[in-house]
Amino acid sequence: MTQLHSSAGEGRGSGATEPGVDQSGKKMTFGEGGLAFVFAVLTLSCITVAAKTHDAAYAFHAYLSAFASLAAVFVILNRYADRPAALPAREIEGKPNYNFGPVKFATLAAMFWGIAGFLIGVIIAFQLAFPWLNLDLPWTAFGRLRPLHTSAVIFAFGGNVLIGTSFYVVQRTSRARLAGYLAPWFVVLGYNFFIVIAGTGYLLGITQSKEYAEPEWYADLWLTVVWVTYLLVYLATLWRRQEPHIYVANWFYLAFIVTIAMLHLGNNASIPVSVFSPKSYIVWSGVQDAMVQWWYGHNAVGFFLTAGFLAIMYYFIPKRADRPVYSYRLSIIHFWALIFIYIWAGPHHLHYTALPDWAQTLGMTFSIILWMPSWGGMINGLMTLSGAWDKLRTDPVLRMMVVSVAFYGMSTFEGPLMSVKSVNSLSHYTDWTIGHVHSGALGWVAYISFGAIYCLVPWLWQKRELYSLRLVNWHFWISTIGIVFYISAMWVAGILQGLMWRAYTSLGFLEYSFIETVEAMHPFYIIRALGGVLFLVGGLIMAFNIFMTIRQPETAEADTGARNPSLVPAE
Amino acid sequence: MAEAAAPKKSLWAKHAFLERNSIWLMIGILLVVAIGGLVEIVPLFYLKSTIEKVSGVRPWSPLELAGRNIYVREGCYNCHSQMIRPLRDEVERYGHYSLAAESMYDRPFQWGSKRTGPDLARVGNKYSDEWQRQHLADPRSVVPGSIMPGYPFLAQTPLKTYEIADDMKVNAVLGVPYSEAMIAEALADLKAQATPDADGDGLVERYPGAQQRDFDGNPKVVSEADALIAYLQALGTMVDFKLYDDKANIR
Repeated sequence: MTQLHSSAGEGRGSGATEPGVDQSGKKMTFGEGGLAFVFAVLTLSCITVAAKTHDAAYAFHAYLSAFASLAAVFVILNRYADRPAALPAREIEGKPNYNFGPVKFATLAAMFWGIAGFLIGVIIAFQLAFPWLNLDLPWTAFGRLRPLHTSAVIFAFGGNVLIGTSFYVVQRTSRARLAGYLAPWFVVLGYNFFIVIAGTGYLLGITQSKEYAEPEWYADLWLTVVWVTYLLVYLATLWRRQEPHIYVANWFYLAFIVTIAMLHLGNNASIPVSVFSPKSYIVWSGVQDAMVQWWYGHNAVGFFLTAGFLAIMYYFIPKRADRPVYSYRLSIIHFWALIFIYIWAGPHHLHYTALPDWAQTLGMTFSIILWMPSWGGMINGLMTLSGAWDKLRTDPVLRMMVVSVAFYGMSTFEGPLMSVKSVNSLSHYTDWTIGHVHSGALGWVAYISFGAIYCLVPWLWQKRELYSLRLVNWHFWISTIGIVFYISAMWVAGILQGLMWRAYTSLGFLEYSFIETVEAMHPFYIIRALGGVLFLVGGLIMAFNIFMTIRQPETAEADTGARNPSLVPAE
Repeated sequence: MAEAAAPKKSLWAKHAFLERNSIWLMIGILLVVAIGGLVEIVPLFYLKSTIEKVSGVRPWSPLELAGRNIYVREGCYNCHSQMIRPLRDEVERYGHYSLAAESMYDRPFQWGSKRTGPDLARVGNKYSDEWQRQHLADPRSVVPGSIMPGYPFLAQTPLKTYEIADDMKVNAVLGVPYSEAMIAEALADLKAQATPDADGDGLVERYPGAQQRDFDGNPKVVSEADALIAYLQALGTMVDFKLYDDKANIR
């Protein structure tokens, strides 16, 4: 098994340069040749664009892309030169020859982007409390940093967790090697390059200013190519599966990949001003654009931040608890109900706006119904622990994941509540929304991700256990206190501001000017920022723990997959 | 799993088909997730009641469009909404509730989702240009409790104008009623709007109600502040609500 892993976790050209590698009869594959050619053409096109554009920021992106494409050509050819004639075998001695290189990369990238995203979050939280921190510079103003924060945590941190875990889970549950030779690396590296382009673009003022869909047309096009490749790699791996049934986690991953593709294409449909300009105009306008945007925006929550992470829940919690998933039938019902109903919920972001009432009512109705499938998932996750609750005392990693499911239950109760029009008339436009988002994002998404990474790292790097479970404990408690600070400060701030906006004096005049309601937020903004600091500290503790785990010399003897009878396919 | 094997005709057994066929599973997912969006989005394009019939709303003038693009670039939507809800306190604080027609030429829409600062849907003509430019450069010099970032660089940065006609062309392709004359005169109109003594007849003819003056207080250059303030001063001013009949557009 150890041997299996060392060959499975091959990095770029590892071991291939040793003498004695059989290179006779080596032929370049169509994929290698084709991809090298495409990147060569891309290099030239990017240089042309860089030379002709009037926009310095766009030229920077073009040069960056040219450089990255050139590096890709070099890496592909170098990898070809170093590799043996035969591509890595799908199986070695009858056991799947897993490809964990891209998973390792995505895991470390997630850790890096997570810390970066939390840090920017802390910075902008302090900017709201102490505005001089905006520094009066274009690149450091809140308006440019806030999308950097949201994209870094959702797409960079969350996205890498999803891609990494999905590539791991699909291999393990299919008992098959990841499909494609270069394709999985293209997905992982291409996705991270998209993140770099998107993030630097915001700082330089390249943005569509559509919430959670800020990247401009060329970044969107690139992401489309990466995402389609992702879907193909994922499907092709499923086709190699040894089990007749597709395991439940994979349904959720598939729903996440397919739906995000649909949403991305719909919401980013735009016409660029020219190939030499970063600026584009969205095909939709006004009220239709608003509806399309929140159809996208709410389902970025529903499919990126929920379906994908439920897939993580369905694999990692049973595995860590060593118990089977509580109910197979519940998973079927709540899967189809969840993906059907989520799509309708978008208009609750547009209550009392110029969106027609019928659409608002539909959005509200389905948002309330959504409570049920959401709790179906929570129950299925929590009840998986039946018979293993005692492990919460001894295993802080499992505790983190179980608490994440509890947070999931809490925010999916709060969400339907806030989608009720009369509640929304108070909560909308206030920090209550920000608090709600963070109870889901920190409590659910980040915690289940942390849990998955804590599980994955020893498995991927073949260590018996994490460097320190005590540090996991510290991470858990420090960041939990951080979350509590954060969300309770935002609840109070949001409800307070909402009430102040609508307060009247006994003479029938508005009681507070707008600026008075801003000033009232100050203490809560400080508490929120401190909560963020605690969460960041937790993240740093985790990064240290992960780093030390990977550096440990000790190697696990047993393959972790083999001692997990719980992961029988759903049947 | 714990459940006994279901009889062949039961739904549970039928679901096994999807669990065994990834392509059908994917098609099933696509069908299920497509429905909600289709029902909620498609009618907005053909139901005539979606956008009210109202006179006065015109496409942004070139200078206003350039200003709007700066608003978009700086991510103002992160803290400012442009959507007044029909609630008593909002109507009293900001003015008549927003109509769908008022943002029908906006790409992208900038309704926003958060009011860290006040709503801007009707900020036009509420403050003087002088107030606006001082507030942009140093918000706390005019509003001591403000937490807005300062944007002193806007007044110091000349506006990039080389793309303005192309901007309008793309908008025209997408359905914004920019005429050929408007596109041909784009650059001239842009400069005329920021220059008080320029001949502005053509401008006002093409863009009724366009305000023509030196918005940033520096007649030497057309700066980014010129454009942004021109946009802000136009926000919410196009519909004359003394003439607007709410009841005619009840949906």
